[in-house]
Amino acid sequence: MTQLALVIDLNVCVGCHACVTSCKEWNTSGWAGPMTDQRPYDEDPTGTFFNRVQTYEAGVFPDTETYHFPKSCLHCEDPPCVPVCPTGASYKREDNGVVLVDYDKCIGCKYCSWACPYGAREIDEKLRVMKKCTLCIDRITDTSLPESERKPACVLACPTSARLFGDIHDPNSNVSVAIREQGGYPLQPEWGTKPANHYLPRRKTRIQIHEDELVRADNPLKKEELPSLPDGGETLDDVAW
Amino acid sequence: MHPAFSVIFLTTLLGAGQGLFLALYTGQLYALANLLPDQSNDFYIMGSFLSMVLLIAGLIASVFHLGRPERAWRAATQWRTSWLSREVVVLPAAMTLTFFYGLFHYLGWTQSLFTISDTLPVDATLVTGALGTLVSFLLFLCTAMIYASLRFVKAWHTPLTVANFLFLGMASGFMLAAALSAYMGTNLVAFYGTWAVVATTLGAISRGSSLYRNSKFRCKVDMQSAIGVHHSQLHQKAQGFMGGSFNTREYFHGKSDSFLLMIRYIFLLMVFVLPVLMILFAYLSESVRLPIAAFAIQYIGLVLERYYFFTEAKHPQNLYYQSMA
Ligand code: SF4
Ligand code: SF4
Repeated sequence: MTQLALVIDLNVCVGCHACVTSCKEWNTSGWAGPMTDQRPYDEDPTGTFFNRVQTYEAGVFPDTETYHFPKSCLHCEDPPCVPVCPTGASYKREDNGVVLVDYDKCIGCKYCSWACPYGAREIDEKLRVMKKCTLCIDRITDTSLPESERKPACVLACPTSARLFGDIHDPNSNVSVAIREQGGYPLQPEWGTKPANHYLPRRKTRIQIHEDELVRADNPLKKEELPSLPDGGETLDDVAW
Repeated sequence: MHPAFSVIFLTTLLGAGQGLFLALYTGQLYALANLLPDQSNDFYIMGSFLSMVLLIAGLIASVFHLGRPERAWRAATQWRTSWLSREVVVLPAAMTLTFFYGLFHYLGWTQSLFTISDTLPVDATLVTGALGTLVSFLLFLCTAMIYASLRFVKAWHTPLTVANFLFLGMASGFMLAAALSAYMGTNLVAFYGTWAVVATTLGAISRGSSLYRNSKFRCKVDMQSAIGVHHSQLHQKAQGFMGGSFNTREYFHGKSDSFLLMIRYIFLLMVFVLPVLMILFAYLSESVRLPIAAFAIQYIGLVLERYYFFTEAKHPQNLYYQSMA
């Protein structure tokens, strides 16, 4: 069985919110109706989003690291939000594992949002139904689009390619390889919800440089060993050879 | 969690309504066993009517919780998996049985239909009442399991939640039965008062246990697990927006600890201490007004108790909304 998912590389994400805006743009313009905002240009603006980018800092100044953390529905393989729904509006698609809300059935009781430990669901205050990330179900299943464009809007928008999209049940897919080889992990694994989305951790990229790689030991002209010039004098670049 | 007043009134009104029904039927059973004098049909009719009013008021309160109440019928479809759906199925059943229980008393269908082992005459009200009792207990179970089944919300995820809903609902129902008999001048005040005190005591034990339990535990997950960065010094700098969102409104009560402590003392006083004392004095002084006041005070106390119940619940999603730089 297919389980589509996002893999988000925290080592690469720069926190630019391009995924947030492209998500909102795509999903507010689609056939499923708008994602409404309240007071968007006034004090205390608020609105419906499927995806948010948060920022965390680890460590104590000056030894800190900044983490930009995109957060959306994780399309759990055992989604606790689905069985609690009294209307059947919340469901998990059999064919690709995407967790969806049928906006025509939802009664806006918010019970599913209480049952999701990740806070991935948001009520649309105007349309009064529950909303959440659909993995751009209308894009990824649209066979009239070229294959390369059958991806969620956020994945296509990410300027650093921090977001990968694919089937985590196919061991050879790009996402499975990334999870396997780069230490991909799920959020709050303690609950056993088995989130399909995974995150790739920060990685340190260091290279070993030896002294003799910086100094051209075999340089016959011994440029590095020339005495440094007094201030305002000639520099190496001024010397024409 | 943010306390939702629609749900607070829904659960307390239903609890009192079901409790009152259980009280009526208990009275009928005692009378049948000749432990109490037979009551006039008026008492049962009035009682069923009040119980009906409370159930309907609860239903109306629940409508305010829904974004799309016009589609509410759909909520009966997923009873296989959802406790909320089960409640939606059981509530109309309880209302129907309460209605017929009152109607049969009104029509005076109290001639026995048949007799079990020559001693127990069974009439229409006895059968409807038995079914109604069963359904009332089921409804308590469904209502409580809506909360108790959410395994991420640890403050609610305990059998004590079911015990609290059951005992506190019964306490207010029997209290109301005592008030009603005082008002109608029947001789059942002491009987219902005693039962109300018993239920209140049971409620005090279970609610006290859950308060104690909730003061002890810590959430299973922390921020490290929530974002998967296992560093002991981890701080949130941005939530992804400057204004609020559903996430910052729905899951936070936004009240100070001292305010909540005050609510806690007030509800403990109003639900458990005052009504029991008032019933006691009512018994001694044969006052008509005291049982009515005892019910009213306990009901207001239960509204506060339910408010506190919501603020007790710490949702794990709050880990993602700890601070803004
Ligand atoms: S992240 Fe939340 S809303 Fe999404 S599938 Fe999991 S439990 Fe459901
Ligand atoms: S808010 Fe909608 S999707 Fe969520 S549980 Fe209620 S009916 Fe189901």
